[in-house]
Amino acid sequence: MHIVVCIKQVPDSAQIRVHPVTNTIMRQGVPTIINPYDLFALEAALALRDKFGGEVTVLTMGPPSAADSLRKALTFGADRAVLLTDRFFAGADTLATTYALATAVRKIGDTFGAPDIVFTGKQTIDGDTAQVGPGIAKRLGLLQLTYVARIAELDLAARSVKVERRSEGGLQVLQTRLPCLITMLEATNEIRRGTMADALRAARAEVVTWSAQVAGVEDISKCGLRGSPTIVKRVFAPSPRAEKAALVEAGDAPADALINEMFRRQPKLESELAALARGY
Amino acid sequence: MSEPNKSEPTKAPAAANSRAATKKELPEHFKGYKHVWVFVEQERGHVHPVSWELMGAGRKLADKLKVDLAAVVIGPTGAATEQAAAEAFCYGADLAYVVADDLLTHYRNEAYTKALTDVVNTYKPEILLLGATTLGRDLAGSVATTLLTGLTADCTELDVDADGSLAATRPTFGGSLLCTIYTLNYRPQMATVRPRVMAMPDREARPAGRIINHPLGLIEDDIVTKVLSFLPDRDSAKSNLAYADVVVAGGLGLGSPENFQLVRQLASVLGAEFGCSRPLVQKGWVTSDRQIGQTGKTIRPKLYIAAGISGAIQHRVGVEGADLIVAINTDKNAPIFEFAHVGIVTDAIRLLPALTEAFRARLSPHSRDRIAS
Ligand SMILES: Cc1cc2nc3c(=O)[nH]c(=O)nc-3n(C[C@H](O)[C@H](O)[C@H](O)COP(=O)(O)OP(=O)(O)OC[C@H]3O[C@@H](n4cnc5c(N)ncnc54)[C@H](O)[C@@H]3O)c2cc1C
Repeated sequence: MHIVVCIKQVPDSAQIRVHPVTNTIMRQGVPTIINPYDLFALEAALALRDKFGGEVTVLTMGPPSAADSLRKALTFGADRAVLLTDRFFAGADTLATTYALATAVRKIGDTFGAPDIVFTGKQTIDGDTAQVGPGIAKRLGLLQLTYVARIAELDLAARSVKVERRSEGGLQVLQTRLPCLITMLEATNEIRRGTMADALRAARAEVVTWSAQVAGVEDISKCGLRGSPTIVKRVFAPSPRAEKAALVEAGDAPADALINEMFRRQPKLESELAALARGY
Repeated sequence: MSEPNKSEPTKAPAAANSRAATKKELPEHFKGYKHVWVFVEQERGHVHPVSWELMGAGRKLADKLKVDLAAVVIGPTGAATEQAAAEAFCYGADLAYVVADDLLTHYRNEAYTKALTDVVNTYKPEILLLGATTLGRDLAGSVATTLLTGLTADCTELDVDADGSLAATRPTFGGSLLCTIYTLNYRPQMATVRPRVMAMPDREARPAGRIINHPLGLIEDDIVTKVLSFLPDRDSAKSNLAYADVVVAGGLGLGSPENFQLVRQLASVLGAEFGCSRPLVQKGWVTSDRQIGQTGKTIRPKLYIAAGISGAIQHRVGVEGADLIVAINTDKNAPIFEFAHVGIVTDAIRLLPALTEAFRARLSPHSRDRIAS
């Protein structure tokens, strides 16, 4: 079995700071990590490989430094890493990203064997769109299973897979055919640390690096900024609220003082709360 | 969505400059694209309220553009789908496109993508809005890729500018900034919006308007994916954070999972839902469906009480729609006091039990009788 996992190297956004005066992003020293959601996808792929045999290829599109994230994925136990890197990819929106990634998955298939499953995380922590997975699936003509909480059954001989998918108010149990694309929900599995042997192998491993041309991109105008239908026109800081909170003095009975102020502000609140508390 | 998804995210503003002025004449084949559409999301006979919130936002766009607002309703034949279309008129739709087929009883990407793509290609909307729900995101990504058009995810504001283009604003850079995104040379212009970000419009009883039925054009054998069953969440009735009237939430200031119980106790006395800031989910103290904020739920309660929460921008964007925001924090300089309406500088671990008791005393029917007499 061959599984491809798409990962993204993202800035550890918890550490991004905006300059208080100029409203520009302070980029210096912001560390990068593998998009945390992608780790659940990687783990799901590794678990399937361990059970059914075969190989896991990790793929990322990004600057040359994204090789760090691929190497990290190798230390977790991935078998092969492919970096898609080219200045033509810079500035891609979701549509252009899916074009490049789908092209690379096709090339991975031609080079290393057609994938049975393509995995992605449910979304990235920087883009947050959850739309690259579905886009890749569409471009490759794969069936898509998004927000998968559990892979319940995989039958390689019958080319069928059964999953539980998160939907509004419950889980949909879906069955579909391989090959397919799965986006994995968070907190679905325990992420492994990788073995010493994996770490040593990763240190020596070569990251396969493809330019747009080598990856087989047919139309460079569909990549990066040029291939992105969406255009960022304006970046700005949210406007501050004019008024600060009215501070209630703590005093001897701070709870009552606070409640009094709440009810004074919103006279209807007391009866609304009373109704709620009675269970209406 | 364009910018935060760039392979080189921090380069976005520069990139913006290089493309900002490149509005070309809209290609000829896109000139017939008119009207604003809202995808009405229904699952198991229930319309997701985000659909009506979007209808409110869509109505404003349509009025500005002086075009019609249409609902797209996709679902099984029968009462639920007809009812969803009828409701769409009550929330401001001028007309409804309906794809009704029993193959659409359960959401399946293949069938829904075909249905929505076909209606778009036939009737050509200029703007297409969907909810950023699990269903909406699954569908929006496939449809936008099929149509090869732009899609701006998780918008917090929608507007049309002077030349009629959709200006879609969404958070960027981990929520610290906002950006406005355009899809100038492609149609339709697609955007998703999360539940509760837009206000729910008033419902007006109105007779059904014009309905345009469109065939699905598939048979079951064409659809590979089968829905075997549905496992409802055990506590689904309880977990209604996004639509709760009262929400009590706790943050890292509570210090321990045991202290978080104080939040749950206050919520329980108020008949409220409880929530939390992101670090508590990351620490595993609270499940992720309780996270409030940019990467969690957006809420619009009448009352929001935040205990031990600093009020980072990513948290703030999820609660700004609340009518009354009450903050309890030991640090008088905590950013939460910048946007809360009422605040108290004190230890939440000590105040929460007292608050729970005080509310219990004041809200019990017994005490109300006393007040009345
Ligand atoms: C991309 C991205 C997405 C994010 N999404 C979200 C999101 O959806 N939701 C979210 O909440 N955060 C989100 N965050 C995280 C956010 O930036 C903050 O880190 C987080 O909200 C802080 O949580 P907190 O206020 O609980 O903790 P802290 O920032 O540690 O604040 C704790 C507060 O408690 C106060 N305190 C301490 N002890 C007490 C006490 N005894 N009584 C009362 N007060 C006390 C302190 O003064 C402090 O203000 C996101 C961040 C990024 C980068």
